Amino acid sequence: MDVNEVPQDEREMSHEAKAKKLMYAVDKDGKYTGVNSVGWEAENLVLKQAWDEIDESLAVTEEKVRKGTLSPIAYFMQKNLMDVALLARYAGKWQWQVKRHFKPAVFKKLSPAELNKYAAVFNITTDQLMNYGKDKQ
Amino acid sequence: MEQKEFIHRQHAHCESGVTSNLLKHEGLNISEPMAFGIGAGLFFGHVPFLKVGGIPATTYRIWPGAIFKRVAKRLDVQIHSERFNDQAKAMKALDDVLATGKPVGVLSSVFYLTYLPEAYRFHFNAHNLVVYGKNGNDYLVSDPVMETPTRIAPADLEKARFAKGLPEPKGFMYYVTGIPSEPAMRTAIQKGIKQMCFFMLSPPFPWFGNNGIFLLAKKLQSYPAKLEPRKAGLYLGNIVRMQEEIGTGGGGFRYLYAAFLQEAGLLLKRDDLLGFSEELTRIGDNWRNFAYSAARILKVRSTDLVSYDELSELLRKCGNDEKALFTKMRKMKWE
Repeated sequence: MDVNEVPQDEREMSHEAKAKKLMYAVDKDGKYTGVNSVGWEAENLVLKQAWDEIDESLAVTEEKVRKGTLSPIAYFMQKNLMDVALLARYAGKWQWQVKRHFKPAVFKKLSPAELNKYAAVFNITTDQLMNYGKDKQ
Repeated sequence: MEQKEFIHRQHAHCESGVTSNLLKHEGLNISEPMAFGIGAGLFFGHVPFLKVGGIPATTYRIWPGAIFKRVAKRLDVQIHSERFNDQAKAMKALDDVLATGKPVGVLSSVFYLTYLPEAYRFHFNAHNLVVYGKNGNDYLVSDPVMETPTRIAPADLEKARFAKGLPEPKGFMYYVTGIPSEPAMRTAIQKGIKQMCFFMLSPPFPWFGNNGIFLLAKKLQSYPAKLEPRKAGLYLGNIVRMQEEIGTGGGGFRYLYAAFLQEAGLLLKRDDLLGFSEELTRIGDNWRNFAYSAARILKVRSTDLVSYDELSELLRKCGNDEKALFTKMRKMKWE
């Protein structure tokens, strides 16, 4: 890739993605040099694709929490880009326990200590965790 | 407190960037491409049954941690590295080294690096950065992929150093304790090149090295028939992300390695290395061409067999060209 071929395609995303990355390219004398790039059409597209996927599936989960078929833990797990295995690791639980806590009926009975633990992992308050989805019903 | 000001330089890739910045601070002038080459950073791997976030794993580089370790060994640089079970101890150990004025390399999860733009903050646990001091409570950070130095709050840095998942950084930190007076560049370069060729050409498994490219080409060809369109798109998108989006310097690290071959060729006055560099640049262009074509297919949401067939052909070309190049490089004569 020549220096003047380094793409400068600005990223347009709903998530903050501005960054000038360093690329390696060849100058007019054939020497390698570092060149900053604000983005490339191809990589911008796949980054957006990855986030669209996350946003879409998060919206589906949000809807389920509002309807009362999933607990807020499922929502915040996805919001923090975690899967069950990773959340279980962070919360110090088994995966089957985490999955059980996705059930609203089980979630309601969780002790304050357990709620605190989840809230800390998600970097929110226990109130935010408990009340998520209620205000929007 | 600070003995010598730490100079932040932006690089394409985190680990080779940190290696270069730490060594330059100690007075050993090693560029990022040189660190990447001596550390034999170039690689390929595609392991369909190893899924990250439900998507088959693809990599264009060697496993994390290898580059710094190999460079230190090959250039006879003394280092100290440490992992921790206790978070408080890990932060205390970092503070103690910083108090002596020494910059420290730290392994972290990008998810908790608050200074990065949101869109890049995934649970990737093998990101390297340099902490070079403190200002009040905040840590001063030189992250090689960033344009300028930055800072981070202690609680965030602690979270990043003790992220969970695969792999777990466990507060891993490292710093340079001594450098050689006369680094043996020639043998270090030679060992780096030989090792890269070995890892690319020798693994008798379909997933690693040059073989992996052909495996990926085969799998890719079967996506439209085997996967629902959305999934096929996500799988393909992920390959392009690993190649272009994750701090590779373009073309899945191929340009970075070509820059190394050129620098090595000039240093050792070897025309063959300069020739190999040019060849790899063209191969890098072909990888970019693959990424561009893939993105075009994703854009129009096409899953027709012909377009995936064509993509596989582009991959096979990259695979064949690299095989020919690395085979030549493996046979290089060294004094």
